Amino acid sequence: MTTFLIIAVIVLFFVVIFQIAKVSEYVSVIKGEENARKQNNKINAFLMLAFMILGLIGVWYCNELLFKKTLLAYPAASNHGEKVDEMLWLTIWVTGSVFVATQILLFWFSFKYQESDKRKVFFFPHSNKLEALWTVVPAIVLAVLVIIGLKNWFSFTGEAPDNALQVEVVGKQFGWVFRYEGADKKFGKKYYKLINDVDNPLGLIWNDNAELNLKADDKSHDDVVLTQTMYIVKDRPVKLIIGSRDVIHDVGLTHFRMKMDAVPGIPTTMWFTPKYTTAEMKKITNNPNFAYEISCDQMCGNGHYSMKGNIEVVTQAEFDKWMASKTPAYVSAYPEKFQKADTTKPANTALSTAVKSVVKN
Amino acid sequence: MSNEAVLQAESVLATHHDAHGEHHDHHHQETFISKYVFSMDHKMIAKQFLITGMVWAVIGGLMSVLFRLQLGYPDTSFPWLEDLLGKFWVEKGHITAQGYYALVTTHGTVLVFFVLTAGLSGTFANFLIPLQVGARDMASPFMNMLSYWFFFAASVVMVSSIFVETGPFSGGWTAYPPLSALGDASPGSKTGMDLWLVAMALFVVSSLLGGLNYIATVLNMRTKGMSMTRLPLTIWALFFTAVLGVLSFPVLLSGFILLIFDRNFGTSFYLSDIFLTTTNTALPNEGGSAILFQHLFWFLGHPEVYIILLPAMGMVSEILSVNSRKPIFGYMAMIGSLFAIAILAFLVWAHHMFVTGLNPFLGSIFVLLTLLIAVPSAIKVFNWLTTLWRGNIRFTPAMMFAIGFVSLFISGGLTGIWLGNSALDIHLHDTYFVIAHFHIVMGVASMFGMFAGVYHWYPKMYGRYLNTSLGYIHFWISIVGAYLIFWPMHYEGLAGMPRRYYDYSIWESFKNFGELNRFISTVAMIVFAAQLLFIANFFYSIWKGRKVTTLNPYGSNTLEWTTPINPGHGNWVGEIPEVHRWPYDYGKDGKEYTSQTTPVGADESHH
Repeated sequence: MTTFLIIAVIVLFFVVIFQIAKVSEYVSVIKGEENARKQNNKINAFLMLAFMILGLIGVWYCNELLFKKTLLAYPAASNHGEKVDEMLWLTIWVTGSVFVATQILLFWFSFKYQESDKRKVFFFPHSNKLEALWTVVPAIVLAVLVIIGLKNWFSFTGEAPDNALQVEVVGKQFGWVFRYEGADKKFGKKYYKLINDVDNPLGLIWNDNAELNLKADDKSHDDVVLTQTMYIVKDRPVKLIIGSRDVIHDVGLTHFRMKMDAVPGIPTTMWFTPKYTTAEMKKITNNPNFAYEISCDQMCGNGHYSMKGNIEVVTQAEFDKWMASKTPAYVSAYPEKFQKADTTKPANTALSTAVKSVVKN
Repeated sequence: MSNEAVLQAESVLATHHDAHGEHHDHHHQETFISKYVFSMDHKMIAKQFLITGMVWAVIGGLMSVLFRLQLGYPDTSFPWLEDLLGKFWVEKGHITAQGYYALVTTHGTVLVFFVLTAGLSGTFANFLIPLQVGARDMASPFMNMLSYWFFFAASVVMVSSIFVETGPFSGGWTAYPPLSALGDASPGSKTGMDLWLVAMALFVVSSLLGGLNYIATVLNMRTKGMSMTRLPLTIWALFFTAVLGVLSFPVLLSGFILLIFDRNFGTSFYLSDIFLTTTNTALPNEGGSAILFQHLFWFLGHPEVYIILLPAMGMVSEILSVNSRKPIFGYMAMIGSLFAIAILAFLVWAHHMFVTGLNPFLGSIFVLLTLLIAVPSAIKVFNWLTTLWRGNIRFTPAMMFAIGFVSLFISGGLTGIWLGNSALDIHLHDTYFVIAHFHIVMGVASMFGMFAGVYHWYPKMYGRYLNTSLGYIHFWISIVGAYLIFWPMHYEGLAGMPRRYYDYSIWESFKNFGELNRFISTVAMIVFAAQLLFIANFFYSIWKGRKVTTLNPYGSNTLEWTTPINPGHGNWVGEIPEVHRWPYDYGKDGKEYTSQTTPVGADESHH
């Protein structure tokens, strides 16, 4: 019922506006069209000025309300992110001042040079000097922005430092799979036709496969495969090797100011150095629920909006402890092979010993 | 005496010319079908494009209102929507995820191609090119008619895709494979995608038929004395638009054809190493590149934004000059900058792909070329500002929309400097910042250019005026609304909020914009309603608007105002006028305006 009432009110409102507009046309015909037009001209010229002033106040007010909700309100969480923020601020100042100046000119001219019987227009078809001025000045300013931008671009996309922690990140509809190198510090080979979601979500080549003409890659036996949460280390560069199992996804790391597509069949990479642990960031942002989230930033299907992963940034000690508690995917898949290991030792140590023997073979 | 009688009064002059027009029409013996349906008159085809475009604009706009409903009011239930749209779109009073993505995708496709390409350049290239260059019709009126009917067929197929069981295509208007190639990856990629591709292929055909015609007409059919440097800037802009379309649409079509092969015939142009969770199978395709499609797509996709923007720029240049009663400042620089934009448009496509794993060196070249576009854009803005300076401005609704266009073009253009710089794009790519940027600079600005054109040339189209008071209301609601909707989105983008998310509630990083989203959605609905006011005005005025009583109501220099008030097929009665000067002699030597048909006097000053 209320819906119908609302619709009725809206329709009525429309009819009223329409009728008023029609009447105003009749009135203008009776009053003399020229007079009515001139009056409208004055009103609209004034509104142009009012729009400019209120608009600029609005821009300021919007900033007051929303700035604290942006990422610029607290420091970027990676080395690259700091550069991005620096560049952002420079770009904001440059484009912001051009914005204010040109909008003021536009609406001020509109108001100032509104039609008047007294004014004789200035016949001014061109001026080479002026045109050269506003070709050269923007070109110089842009050159500066391009130089700074490219310097950063090459450092962001350049090779990761040698001590970087390597993690493979693979997107699938609708979640993330992570792989760590394990004890041998090397990723084993994988092949997508071996993928199964029960125990081998990345399709690691654990065994010989005559049908697919594949040879087992021992390096894959100690690779640790995880979902949900990825752990990385504060102040240690991390290199992500990014892939996808099905459609294009995107590893969006907004707090680190980084982003890279996950493309099926074409691995991509990204590296950065986290500056703050998750715990530190909770204090900085004053938000006990703060989390480094991985958002999928490339449309990937109807579950796109829910394709979330988490990153925990921890200290090296915490990382080592966490890593030690993880079991390689191969070991989890074939627990029977590792039965003979000494059961009195803690499970994970037994397993890692077992893995070492596997790797040696 | 009724007011109607006052409004319908005609001057003797107008009657005189009308009589001529009718006299001319008699030679054709037009039937209803040949005049209104399969018309070969460029003016009628223009109106067909315009009205079809308007229908699409309402559909596309309504879709945005629906998905804004989801974004703004995720917790409110709308049971009546379910009754209206059915279970596919709305379930338990909430818009479904698949419904949401179908809406977003169709909104984008429709607005970019059907409204702002066909509706904008289809309308004004058809309407203005023959009238302003002094031609009786297009180079090939038949091809021109085909162009419309291919567009119509494309529209029918696109509409039909909305009603198929698995829904319309829902992978975003850019249709990146593998998502768009695999029906098992998304229900929208089943029949809906086939229909989408067919509709788009028909659209490309329409666009090519139109574009070739526009180019041929501008190059070959100009009246005596109409050299290229005496063309109004509208024509220059429409000419470059057509060139862009003719050179880039075939590339898009080739991309689509490969996609059709991948979808239906087992090829692997775009597919490699795919394991689908939904069916738990690995696909046989190996060796394809998903990125190849993006190159082919954006090779049109980027020129496309200029295909949308240039006609608006051209019309705005003309309208600003006419209503400032002052020549456009820097005519040659305006043409030069259009030319520069048209060339650069082809060399920047990969700036949409900075985060695809593109070679960084290649990326750096695209940064340089992208930011170069800011130079011709800056020239245009400053030239427009200088055109206003010391003019004598008449605020017709068209003029106000033209000023609004400049304001929006500045706002949206400047954020392009952020996004074109790859190091910043890494951070802002695919966030709401991008949404804000392209909606302001391409979407709303071009819409404003289109409105400016409609208000300005409506008297020439229908021999009647649109209601100006409604025009003012329309303008003020639209410009205030556009800024209220899109300005705050920059902040959402700076918070990293990704685009194309159906729901943000599970995200700690993005969920604190609920209130803002509600505000934006509410404003969007009001702005949409204001557009309906414009449409009511449009159709009401076709039959009931105030009649045009003078040949040249704006005191304009261009040729279209030398035709009869209601020009018949063939435009001019008798000889086509000869042109003696450029179109921007406003305020020269103390004369308010000097038509292009006026011979240059012996004592006239040079400029």
